[in-house]
Amino acid sequence: MNWLSRVRNSLPFGNKRETPDNLWVKCPSCQEMLFTKEYEDNLSVCPRCEHHGRIGADERLAQLLDLGFDVLPQPEVAEDPLKFRDSKKYTDRLKEARAKNPHKDAFVVGSGAIEGRAAVVGVQDFGFMGGSMGMAVGEAFCAGAREALQRGCGYIVCTAAGGARMQEGILSLMQMPKATVMTRRLKEAGLPYIVVLTDPTTGGVTASYAMLGDVHIAEPGALIGFAGQRVIQDTIREKLPEGFQRAEYLHKHGMVDMVVKRADLRETLATLLDYLAPAKAA
Amino acid sequence: MISYLEFEKPVAQLDKRIEELRAASGHDDVDISAEIARLEQKSADLLASTYASLSPWQKTQVARHPARPHFRDFVAHAFDEFIPLGGDRYYGEDEAIMGGFARLGERRVVLIGHEKGNDTESRLRHNFGMGKPEGYRKAIRLMELAGRFGLPVVTLVDTSGAFPGVEAEERGQAEAIARSTEACLALPVPMVATIVGEGGSGGAVALASAERVLMLEHAVYSVISPEGCASILWRTAEKAPDAAEAMKVTAQHLLKLGVIDRIVGEPAGGAQRDPVATAKTLGRAIGEELDALSGKDPAELRRQREERFLRIGTL
Ligand SMILES: [Zn+2]
Repeated sequence: MNWLSRVRNSLPFGNKRETPDNLWVKCPSCQEMLFTKEYEDNLSVCPRCEHHGRIGADERLAQLLDLGFDVLPQPEVAEDPLKFRDSKKYTDRLKEARAKNPHKDAFVVGSGAIEGRAAVVGVQDFGFMGGSMGMAVGEAFCAGAREALQRGCGYIVCTAAGGARMQEGILSLMQMPKATVMTRRLKEAGLPYIVVLTDPTTGGVTASYAMLGDVHIAEPGALIGFAGQRVIQDTIREKLPEGFQRAEYLHKHGMVDMVVKRADLRETLATLLDYLAPAKAA
Repeated sequence: MISYLEFEKPVAQLDKRIEELRAASGHDDVDISAEIARLEQKSADLLASTYASLSPWQKTQVARHPARPHFRDFVAHAFDEFIPLGGDRYYGEDEAIMGGFARLGERRVVLIGHEKGNDTESRLRHNFGMGKPEGYRKAIRLMELAGRFGLPVVTLVDTSGAFPGVEAEERGQAEAIARSTEACLALPVPMVATIVGEGGSGGAVALASAERVLMLEHAVYSVISPEGCASILWRTAEKAPDAAEAMKVTAQHLLKLGVIDRIVGEPAGGAQRDPVATAKTLGRAIGEELDALSGKDPAELRRQREERFLRIGTL
């Protein structure tokens, strides 16, 4: 399968394009009806209000990496060791998510180049169980870091998560220190680690690898935070400030270096990689 | 008098009966004394059997018991000296996370831990043990200090979670937690963490990314509170007991999963019934752990710490 067909298959509207319903897509922000093709050609950004829509892992990789990149195999992890069940079995929830998604879990790694600069890109996919961080996500994050270490190149991670994979309980929480072991190894090896915070990045992902980058880039309007807004509101019993936990708000408060439009992301990353080229031995 | 938990009602009834008999009896009333002794034995047996098979949700109640020993009790009864150090040098002093130099027998360490407080005034001052960014940044500062002077780090984890507030978010709650976890992993000195009450989510792991993680017998450790998990997955917080069960939050479960290394026993009927004995037992356990780690070189310590987290989830 070449990269194009692989990517096409994962586009949110790609496989049903022949039905008239899918010719159009409604912008979730300004409600404008947009031609699906036009929307996708515009990187899933609304041409009218510039709302940055959520995109799948394959679409993101194709947007950032040069043609011909490799997708790393999904690491094998222990599946449902807690035998978790709420109203549904966790294994059934996984099956459903996999049926709707081209990948086995919510973190996909592409290894290739960005405008000619060697790079490994990890993408967390909100479309797979809300991008929630469990063992598969943590292990795939680590696999991406290992690939970057092995290739001696930068690691770029696009984060997106509603929170922890609760069905994996404490094992989900343990992915925070686990991923941090790898960000430290990148640092020790003198390799750049760049985080692209996309909508939404919350909870334990924010409180671990999303906030440990050498450079933090956020997509416009992305929700980024530690605690959920409802939890905060229940605690303080006041109205939240305008734009609270949005990318621009985090930029104002010093948590991200820059807010970059999706159209400029690839070029920005390429430029940053030039500055953050692994230090040559003297 | 200890406040009884809901599931301790049968014990409470027995204890009440014992009190009544005591009040009614004189010193030389042999019959009543024998009855009191019999009931006391019955109460103790019932308490022991209740605590031998607590459900995860019951353990959550025990872990949150207001009379459970907190940081200050451990300082008073497990350690021989404590010199508190304050402030993150950026913003302020957060008393939800305490820290300083401490002596455990002859061992000099840096001690860091959450403090929930024990009455209204102290609970507010300690923000119920919910740390803010400045608390985690103080912890980072103290860990770096420990590393530079070769002092082992001991942490006592007891938090429902990091504080969810507007200002905490603005000052980088997530970043502070991430950096604190990173600071644990970077330590060139031994680190022993103990979950002494509630180990709540990122706010706990930020002080618990150690090579040796201990847990008190009835403590709980989880990615989200049972109420939080229930309200998301079951859509009602009333299902918290089911969520606690499903998430495997107990020390006994977590030992099997390889997430913790050692369970430290509590007195009969839980730590809240004898904070002093609990502290002394924990102090001995931490001492043993530190002794086992002493003399290891920094690279070996880091490797051991890294491996325990890297292997979680792998087949
Ligand atoms: Zn729009």
